[in-house]
Amino acid sequence: MSRKYTPKVVTANDLRIGDVVYLTADNRWSRLHAEAELICEEDHANTRLAFAAAQRLAIVGPYLADAKAGPNGPEPTHFREAFRTRGPSNYAHGKQVDLADV
Amino acid sequence: MYDYSDFDESFVRARVAQFSDQVARRLDGSLTEDEFRPLRLMNGLYLQLHAYMLRVAIPYGTLNPHQMRQLAHIADTYDKGYGHFTTRQNIQFNWPKLPEVPAILTALADVQMHAIQTSGNCVRNVTADHFAGAAADEIEDPRPYAELLRQWSTDHPEFQFLPRKFKIAITGSPNDRAVTKAHDIGLRMVRNAAGEPGFEVMVGGGLGRTPMIAFTVRDFLPVADLLPYVEAVLSVYNILGRRDNKYKARIKITVHETGRDEIARMIEERFTEMRPQFGGADQALLDDIRAAFAPPAFRNAPTDAYDLAYKADPVFRAWADTNLAAHRNDQYSIVTISVKAHGATPGDASSDQMRLMADLAETYGHNDLRISHEQNVILPHVHKSDLPVIHAALQKAGLATANVGLISDIIACPGMDYCALATARSIPVAQELALRFDALDLEHDIGPLKLKISGCINACGHHHVGHIGILGLDRAGVENYQITLGGDGTETASIGEKTGPGFAYDEIVDAIERIIRAYLEVRSHKEETFLQTYRRLGLTPFKAALYGAEDGRDAA
Repeated sequence: MSRKYTPKVVTANDLRIGDVVYLTADNRWSRLHAEAELICEEDHANTRLAFAAAQRLAIVGPYLADAKAGPNGPEPTHFREAFRTRGPSNYAHGKQVDLADV
Repeated sequence: MYDYSDFDESFVRARVAQFSDQVARRLDGSLTEDEFRPLRLMNGLYLQLHAYMLRVAIPYGTLNPHQMRQLAHIADTYDKGYGHFTTRQNIQFNWPKLPEVPAILTALADVQMHAIQTSGNCVRNVTADHFAGAAADEIEDPRPYAELLRQWSTDHPEFQFLPRKFKIAITGSPNDRAVTKAHDIGLRMVRNAAGEPGFEVMVGGGLGRTPMIAFTVRDFLPVADLLPYVEAVLSVYNILGRRDNKYKARIKITVHETGRDEIARMIEERFTEMRPQFGGADQALLDDIRAAFAPPAFRNAPTDAYDLAYKADPVFRAWADTNLAAHRNDQYSIVTISVKAHGATPGDASSDQMRLMADLAETYGHNDLRISHEQNVILPHVHKSDLPVIHAALQKAGLATANVGLISDIIACPGMDYCALATARSIPVAQELALRFDALDLEHDIGPLKLKISGCINACGHHHVGHIGILGLDRAGVENYQITLGGDGTETASIGEKTGPGFAYDEIVDAIERIIRAYLEVRSHKEETFLQTYRRLGLTPFKAALYGAEDGRDAA
């Protein structure tokens, strides 16, 4: 009955810092893509996106991004989302260094 | 340079107070993001890929050393120790935190700067020839007119909600260094038969997804008619411009859909109505502004130190040959400081580099600094005898690269390393290209060449007017780079032509090298520039170099 649904994560930017965040299954906003809830069903995705949109004191601009299951948790499938997990390529700034001591 | 009046000062301070309150209300939840977003954009604050970004206006690209030091201070205190100079003569900070933005705006106001109208559908920062007031070929310094336009357009009640953003560029020289033909309004100073200065007024230029070269609506506009004429153009656009489709909202589309003759007729008709309403107050104001742009007191001294260094030091000579331009005073030079070290990010300056450039401007440069749309920094007034010591100081700071106007003097937008709109990366492509041609030791042999890279169709990197343009796209989830050749951003402006299918990220540097090797092969003599060769031979030799003789190759 159901078409094959490309799995998703809910992602946004932190309101205060602007850093990329991901919605976890236990309703936290994590800085780590691998901690995101991997959503495999469309209705549930819409419910989670609506939940995220209501968190207006925490985040800005939530949306659903394609993802896939990996050995350590969800992984991005598109290069834009992969860049968002790391930071810019010209300097060691952003998550690629900020998360080193998380 | 122009100093804020009490009116300017209180206006900017009031906006800082207003926006500080808006930030506080966003943080405590009284404002939703939908309510806050247009407010933050009006104050230059974007949300990008990894962080907020604050775009600060540098009016007509002019800064004093005190302001440059304050930018360095902001970079150190609120950001990651650097700033990014853009193709619109702005500076962008890539990592501000929302709660600290009011403090940044206060620090800017302390040095007569702001981020107002650096976003939104209003008249943006008026850009100007970065050699203004110094160039040997200049008729008149265009900056008093740019400042007049800035004051007139700032918070102009009629033009805060235009169909789309609106960009004005101005040059006082017949040789166009300000890409005026790719702006909504381009103003190029010319003389009439009687020898009086005036403006050629060009309308409807622009890059982006529908690149167009502006058409000349007036061959000669007396300088005294500038404001009423620009207001006439804006008011015709404000009525005719499309608000139903963002992609058809710029004035270039209005010109295209209305027809040149008809829109010219409407502008002239509106101008006839507007002209009597300007009772001379604008001209009185212009006279005051002109006084603020009086030329510095040039020194009269021997230039032997320059001549000696030029003869004795080949490194200095190479730098002098590429990075100096002719000044109106023949004892002086215009110094372009390359913010394009091979392998570095085009247009990024560290806070230490900013402070050094401020010090040099203060000690040797009559307190004047410029930001070019080509993302370099200019010392417009340097006595030739001071050039060797300036060069030595720049060398120590990694700012003495002798590549201005050469293939590694690349314009690159922030691309997908920062920008939320980007479809591919630009910066690493620019870095790799600069390193490649430096390693090949070819760039001085290649000669003048403008290479420009944009990371999306919006064309902030001006790729359409690059002799070689690169456009980064997302093709089926993979970065793909399309090449255009033969673009030109000067008074002989033209839009580059696509060569054919694009190239993958790991193919694009090799592809550009093949184009350059073909050029070196087919140029008629060493002095024939890449653009001249292209105009003589067209795409054919370059397509063959890119795609092979059969001219057939699958898109990556």
